[in-house]
Amino acid sequence: MNLHEHQGKLILKKYGVTVPDGSIAESPEKAMEFAKVLQERTGTDKWAVKAQIHAGGRGKGGGVKIAKSLDEVSKFADQMIGMMLITPQTSAKGKLVRKVLIEQNIYYPGKSDVREFYMSFLLNRKTGRNMIIYSPRGGMDIEKVAEETPDQIFTEEIDPKFGLLDFQARKISFNLGLSGEAYKRMVVFVKALEIAYNESDASLFEINPVIKAADDKIYAADCKVTIDNNALFRHPDILELRDLAEEDPMEVEASRYDLNFVKLDGNVGCMVNGAGLAMATMDMIKMSGGEPANFLDVGGSANPKRVEEAFRIILKDPNVKAIFVNIFGGIVRCDRVAQGIVDAYNNIGVINIPIIVRLQGTNAEEGKELIDNSGLKVHSAIALEDAARLVNEVLK
Amino acid sequence: MSVLVDKNSKVVVQGFTGNEGTFHASQMIEYGTDVIGGVTPGKGGQMHLSRPVFNTVQDAVNDAGANVSIIFVPPAFAADAIMEAAEAGIKVIVCITEGIPTKDMIKVKEYLRGKDTRLIGPNCPGVITPGEAKVGIMPGFIHKPGRVGLVSRSGTLTYEAVDQLTKAGLGETTAIGIGGDPIIGTTTKDAIELLMGDPKTEGIVMIGEIGGTMEADAARWIKKHGTKPVVGFIAGATAPKGRTMGHAGAIIGGKDDTAEAKKQIMRECGIHVVDSLGDIGKKMTELLK
Repeated sequence: MNLHEHQGKLILKKYGVTVPDGSIAESPEKAMEFAKVLQERTGTDKWAVKAQIHAGGRGKGGGVKIAKSLDEVSKFADQMIGMMLITPQTSAKGKLVRKVLIEQNIYYPGKSDVREFYMSFLLNRKTGRNMIIYSPRGGMDIEKVAEETPDQIFTEEIDPKFGLLDFQARKISFNLGLSGEAYKRMVVFVKALEIAYNESDASLFEINPVIKAADDKIYAADCKVTIDNNALFRHPDILELRDLAEEDPMEVEASRYDLNFVKLDGNVGCMVNGAGLAMATMDMIKMSGGEPANFLDVGGSANPKRVEEAFRIILKDPNVKAIFVNIFGGIVRCDRVAQGIVDAYNNIGVINIPIIVRLQGTNAEEGKELIDNSGLKVHSAIALEDAARLVNEVLK
Repeated sequence: MSVLVDKNSKVVVQGFTGNEGTFHASQMIEYGTDVIGGVTPGKGGQMHLSRPVFNTVQDAVNDAGANVSIIFVPPAFAADAIMEAAEAGIKVIVCITEGIPTKDMIKVKEYLRGKDTRLIGPNCPGVITPGEAKVGIMPGFIHKPGRVGLVSRSGTLTYEAVDQLTKAGLGETTAIGIGGDPIIGTTTKDAIELLMGDPKTEGIVMIGEIGGTMEADAARWIKKHGTKPVVGFIAGATAPKGRTMGHAGAIIGGKDDTAEAKKQIMRECGIHVVDSLGDIGKKMTELLK
C-alpha cells in the first residue's frame, strides 16, 4: 500500500526521524493559515507547497513550489488544489490534486552549505535481507545516478539478527562526506529510519532528498513510503491511511470482492485463474493483435459469484472490445466454471461484446459443450492456439 | 528416481483440521501420498481423516516418522509453522500459504540458514512426483510419470505445461512449484540444480515471470553446468512497471526484471525460450527426439 508524503512523514516522525515542520491543507485559506503558524513556530520566511498525490516526479509537473510570501503560499495552493498533475509517473491525464502539504523551508541560510543526499530502504531479493541504498548525489532520479556515476551509489545490508549496527550507520555518514555535528546527526537519522522501516512493516522507504541543512540538521525532505500489503493486518492504524481516491475506481471495487485486478489501457479484457496464467494471457492477447485491458486473477476456485462480479467490473471499461476468459480447471471442474459463466451472462443481461472462453483441464470437454449449447454468443475453445485465433478474429 | 518427494515421503500436514488442510489432505491421500497425520496445536490425540492429529511437529516426527511437511496455516502464523517444522528435523517443508508478511519471511530465511532443511514456497502449489507422491494442491490426474522435470513460480502455468507434456506422451519426473513471493526457500536455480542431478530427468521446463533475478541466475548456472535441454517461458511481457501482478514478487522494479530482459539472458545461456505458452510441450518433444 502506498502512502502520501505527509502520511509517510508522520510515520517517520513517530520513530524519531527529523522531518520538516508542516501541515496538510485542502484550501488556499487553510494553507495560508498554516503558513502563518509555521512562521511563528519555526521562524521560516519561505514555505514549500507540495501537491499530495501517489506519484513521484511532482516537481517536474509543477506540483512542488517554494513560496516566498504568504500570498504566494495561497497562490500556489490555489493553483495546485484541483489541478490534474502530470508527472513522469502518472498517466497522460495526470492525477487530481486534493491536498497540499505546507512545510517550513529547510534550505535556509547558515554557516555551511545545504547538501542533498539519496537514501532508500528495501528488500534485497537475492539475499532475503533488507538493505539501504544511498548516494551523496541526492535530489535526482537515482536510476540516472546509477547509470552515470555507479561509484556514487552505496549499499549497506541489514542482518536481521542484529539490525543496523552502529558501525554501519557511521560508514553511511562518512560515505556521504559528512563530519562534525552533521555526521553525528546522520548516524542518529539512519538508525531511526531503520527502526521506522522495520516497525511499520514497510517494503519501501525512499527519501530523496535527505537534506543536510545549513545548521547541520538532517531532514527527510521528501519520502515515498510503501507498506507490505501482507502485513497490514497487524497495522490497523496504517490501513486507515489508505486513500481510495488515489486508486483506480475499478481496482477499488475489485478489491471489495477479493479479486486481484490491475487496470490497464488496452481493448481486450481478461479473466483468468492464477496470477502467472493471467500474465501469460495478457501476453497472448498482445500476440493476437490486441492490447490487454486488465490483469485479473479470479483465484483458484473461480466460483460463479466471483466470475459474475469480475464480468461486471470488466464491462465497466468502455475501451473493452472483447473479453477473454482463460481457465485451467484443476481441482475446480471446468463444467462448473462454464455454468458460472453462463449464469453470470444471464444475470447481467445484454452483453454486446464478444466473449471468448477457453477451458482446459478437468472436464474441459463438458465445459465447452455446456457453453456451446447455451445459446449465448460465446466463442469457446480448448486449445490455446484456437483461443488466440478467436481473439484475433473478433478484433477484426 | 525423482527429487524432493517420492513414495518414501511421510507427510505431515500442518493446519490439518482447517478447511484448506482437510480438503487438500484428503486429495493427497486419494492420490496415494503417505500422509501420516497432521498438526493442529491443542487438538493432539484426536483423529482426523482416519489419521492422528498431533500437537507439535516434533510429535509427528517422533511418533509417526514424518520427514516431509506441508503447511496450510494462515498467513499470520505460517512463518512460525515453517520454523517449527525445521526445528523438528523435517527435511522438506512445502508452504502453500499465500500472504505471509515479508518481515516474517526474512526471519524464516535467517532461521533456516545452515539447517539441513529445504523450504519450498511459500505461496506455491507444492511438489509432485507423479505416481509416487503429491505434496501440494495441484490436480493430480493431469500428471503422468515420465521424463521431464519442471520448475515454476506459478501454479496454473505449471498445470498448463504439465498438461502439454502429459499429452505429448513425455510425462514428468517431478514438478516443483517454487512460489510467487519475493522471499522463497528454493529458487529457480536451486530447483534446476536438483533436476539436473536427477538421472531420470531428461529435460527441464523452467517457467518464470517478471520481477527479481532468479531466472537470470538460473540461466547463468545452466550455461556453466547444464547437461540437459531446458525449455523456458516467462510471463508478463505486457505487465506495467511498478505494479504488483497478483504474486507479491511479480513486480518490475528496474530494466533487468522485465520479461524481455529475462528471455534475452536465457537465450544467451542456451535455454530454448518459447514466446507462446502453448509451445512448451511441442518444443520439449522436439528436443527429446
